[in-house]
Amino acid sequence: MPTGHIVHSFDNELNYLSQKIAEMGRHARNMAEQAVQAIITNDDKLADEVIAADHVLDEAEREIDEKAILIIARRQPMAVDLREIVGAIRISADLERIGDMGKNIAKRTAAIAQTHRPEMFYGSLEIFSSLALEQLSRVLEGYEKRSLKQINAVRERDDEIDAMYTSIFRELLTYMMEDPRNITPCTHLLFCAKNIERVGDHATNIAETAAYIMTGAYPVSDRPKGDRTYHLGTARAGKGRGGK
Amino acid sequence: MTAKYAAVKPKRVKMRGENVTVFYGNKQALHGVTLDIAANKVTALIGPSGCGKSTFLRCLNRMNDTIEGARVEGVITLDGEDIYAPDIDVVELRARVGMVFQRPNPFPKSIYDNVAYGPRIHGLTKNRAELDEIVEKSLKSAGLFDEVKDRLHDAGTGLSGGQQQRLCIARAIAVSPEVILMDEPCSALDPIATARIEELIDDLRKNYTIAIVTHSMQQAARVSQYTAMFHLGSLVEMGETKIIFTSPKERRTQDYITGRFG
Repeated sequence: MPTGHIVHSFDNELNYLSQKIAEMGRHARNMAEQAVQAIITNDDKLADEVIAADHVLDEAEREIDEKAILIIARRQPMAVDLREIVGAIRISADLERIGDMGKNIAKRTAAIAQTHRPEMFYGSLEIFSSLALEQLSRVLEGYEKRSLKQINAVRERDDEIDAMYTSIFRELLTYMMEDPRNITPCTHLLFCAKNIERVGDHATNIAETAAYIMTGAYPVSDRPKGDRTYHLGTARAGKGRGGK
Repeated sequence: MTAKYAAVKPKRVKMRGENVTVFYGNKQALHGVTLDIAANKVTALIGPSGCGKSTFLRCLNRMNDTIEGARVEGVITLDGEDIYAPDIDVVELRARVGMVFQRPNPFPKSIYDNVAYGPRIHGLTKNRAELDEIVEKSLKSAGLFDEVKDRLHDAGTGLSGGQQQRLCIARAIAVSPEVILMDEPCSALDPIATARIEELIDDLRKNYTIAIVTHSMQQAARVSQYTAMFHLGSLVEMGETKIIFTSPKERRTQDYITGRFG
């Protein structure tokens, strides 16, 4: 972080935005984590808590927007300060969406509970979600510490999430083909997996915004895309890399 | 010391300072500044007080000649021609490179005579009709004509501050300069008058090259296409305004424009 402003209250305002983002980040991460736990442990109560917790992020996002607009109006920020503020607006929108993903996963708990539930479905989902959430934690930490190194490390790992998503997709398709009773739970789980994959994408967005805040330039997007689900189940399946 | 960060080179350069060094007596005010002023663009010179930005501006039409003990080294060119060459007529140079100051300084004369003064002493017109035309055209270019057309023979000093400043701009324009230098032209004006001047600056750059010294970062960001940041008599960084105010390369520029030192 650059050194302090001559006007200290300006520093306080910028710090407030950063802290609020950190809070939102922890909250969004918890929501996504607990949503997956609710699915795995078939815990309706936990699922309801996750659904109820979403409004906190909606309100925090609105508050960040209002504070950011007020700072722009009052301080006419320039350069890194302006990027900080615009970045906070963008990151809070990503975090709010992560909360929505968590809520969407949580909502499926009851539907899955009513179906035939072979336990083996859940192992990969749990590993997958911890991978995505670890990415999220790292990017939030990188943002908090303003560590470009840590941020770049996150960006490079996004393809692992895509690759794992492809493998879960394949796995769930297999279960569905084995037994039609699996179709309902597996479809729900497919949406859960998609939501987790989206959490990873939002984490990557946050990494890009954080890099922009720190350097003034968006990183060049040449990351390999590991999501190959677009062609699964078609004749092109398994023929190397699926294009986007 | 020159800027570490090589700037985007303007396509058409109207004025160029090369290794410009200025002393006031024993005190060195500028340390070898090399800077291009792009044609038909607005170049803003920014930096904390005492950084040398006004000194550099004043070199561009040899206003420093009038300061006792001032010594200018290096080369300054206008369309490639050295303006400190012995055969240069300084009066003619200042007609080509006009100046507008911080405080509006109309002559204690009528509005008309303020504007007509330059064309008269430079003998630019053959008769009264031509002079009338220049006065009207200049006042129109300065966005003042409609406000004063019914009282052209009232005292210029009776106008409001913003009007006086536009009168000074009209006076500068009247001798058909190529470059207009502005030294904090809005610092004594209210926000509305400031907005009028900024609108005018935007309009004027179609026909003139403008260099402006300003202490308002927002003004520099609003009116200029290029920005040069000075500190302690050196050029820190020069580049496109849109880059300087969003992602400057130099730490000192960033600290200054974000209010971290000054």
